[in-house]
Amino acid sequence: MPKVLEQSGVVLQKPLDARTYLLRLNAAQIAEQVVPGQFVHIKLTMPGEALLRHPFGVAAVDKTQGTIDIIYRVAGEFTRALAKLTPCDRLSILGPLGRGFDLAAPGRTLLVGGGTGLAPLLFLVSRLGAEKTDVLMGARTKEELFWQKLFRPFVQHIFITTDDGSLGTHGTVMALLPSLLTQGYQRVYVCGPSPMMKAVANACEAQDVACQVSLERYMACGMGACLSCTCQGREKRLKVCTDGPAFWSKEVSEW
Amino acid sequence: MVNSLLAVTIAGLHLKTPLIAASGTFGFGVEFADLVNLNQVGAICVKGLSLTPCAGNKGQRVVSTPSGILNAIGLENPGCTYFLEHILPQLRTYQVPVIVNIYGHSVEEYAAVAQALDVEGIDALEINISCPNVKQGGLAFGTDPHMATSVVQAVKKNTHKPVITKLSPNVTDIVSLARAVEDAGSDALSLINTLLGMKIDVRARKPVLGNIVGGLSGPAIRPVAVRMVYQVAQQVHIPIIGMGGIATAQDALEFMLAGASAIAVGTANLYQPDTLCTLTQDLQDYCAREQISCLQEIVGQALPQGKKSMPYFSRNNYDKK
Repeated sequence: MPKVLEQSGVVLQKPLDARTYLLRLNAAQIAEQVVPGQFVHIKLTMPGEALLRHPFGVAAVDKTQGTIDIIYRVAGEFTRALAKLTPCDRLSILGPLGRGFDLAAPGRTLLVGGGTGLAPLLFLVSRLGAEKTDVLMGARTKEELFWQKLFRPFVQHIFITTDDGSLGTHGTVMALLPSLLTQGYQRVYVCGPSPMMKAVANACEAQDVACQVSLERYMACGMGACLSCTCQGREKRLKVCTDGPAFWSKEVSEW
Repeated sequence: MVNSLLAVTIAGLHLKTPLIAASGTFGFGVEFADLVNLNQVGAICVKGLSLTPCAGNKGQRVVSTPSGILNAIGLENPGCTYFLEHILPQLRTYQVPVIVNIYGHSVEEYAAVAQALDVEGIDALEINISCPNVKQGGLAFGTDPHMATSVVQAVKKNTHKPVITKLSPNVTDIVSLARAVEDAGSDALSLINTLLGMKIDVRARKPVLGNIVGGLSGPAIRPVAVRMVYQVAQQVHIPIIGMGGIATAQDALEFMLAGASAIAVGTANLYQPDTLCTLTQDLQDYCAREQISCLQEIVGQALPQGKKSMPYFSRNNYDKK
């Protein structure tokens, strides 16, 4: 599956909440090939913008239209610039990059996501069967949970926790996960902040449930060359950009 | 593609083009095979190798800065043995000269790495005496002419291959370092490595990089690099590989006019991975436009009269030794 560089145009920029946006981009070759868990590496082409590309997990694809969606939260210089793009603006996309999620016969499945970590899980859930898939979402407040609408068509149950208790169970995803894990899930996929993924992975290992995690690291090339994004694995050094970003939790020892 | 228009011989190495992939920005080359025709690259200088594997620095290792990037990888690498067994055979399936960048924590370790890599399939060694990201070795060897001399001599004694020495810009007088390594027997110079820098996260009120400081590279450092090539080219007789923020053919030409016989593309590989392809085409177009039959003609043309860069005219020196 060769990676390609595409000159891409913005098709749609849509606010999902006060700080989160969906960006739809023309990228026919990438849309054709990308699998859930892989990412694209985006470079802004306006002068004076950040030199390095930034990685974004693909949230959805439309092969017919030749588009991909990313969902991002405005958090720094790069995402502030990204949020200013309007339809027909151009940018450069490198992808598809990385190893996606393991999709082989996952059985009854629980997705666990926090914040924009839910974006790659959205692409994943569109490829799993709704009748055997549930999602557990963690957020700070109920305002962040526009994700419910996005996941609703693809899952049976949506479980929610909020840090402030404004919706669902009060607390983090760990307030619900241990009890959920006793309900016969055969596979967990988790994507979110590192402490959350570590806690979920540990809980899954304790219950002997296979768990896939999606790591995030600052990276430069995205192709396994610069070693900016490496971390220690249980058996070897891992390159998050090419060995991952999707890993079995048991491969990872440095969160 | 054999193209005499762009061809150059440096320290006995025959390059199809003067465009080299700079160490640390191009992995082991094979990572870029989807996007760059490796057979059309002048040479690939692979990621710096040490005798044993190295895990590199903790924490964030890279960040964008105005027109540049700061990195503090800490020379993570799988070690010589792994490279020879698992990576070099893959790379050798391409028709491209392989330069191996090496570093050690002591003169003895530099010598041992050179010896371990004195094997078929490697075309030259580039000595890294200029990495700002490791506490021992690296930069310390590159800022003291006596230590630099010891390293170059030790490497030369332990290899049959051409030796290129990569110099640090983090010195008061780069010319004295360049002369020292020339006298020590280095066959060519790479100019320049990264400039020591740092960035602070104002919101968190602490340094961004796990290593606190890092190496600044990219277009931000290009004028510094051009100046150093220009200064050194007037004072040494060995060829210079110029590097520092090269992203376009114009940038490459600047370095060649300043006296570099070849140039290396580094940081641009990280954000625009097909840069080497674009530059090859653009340099050919430049030659056609300017009616140049051999790009080497322009090397050193910006130097003061009477101080034309020697390397092009003495490029057979290596063969004579």
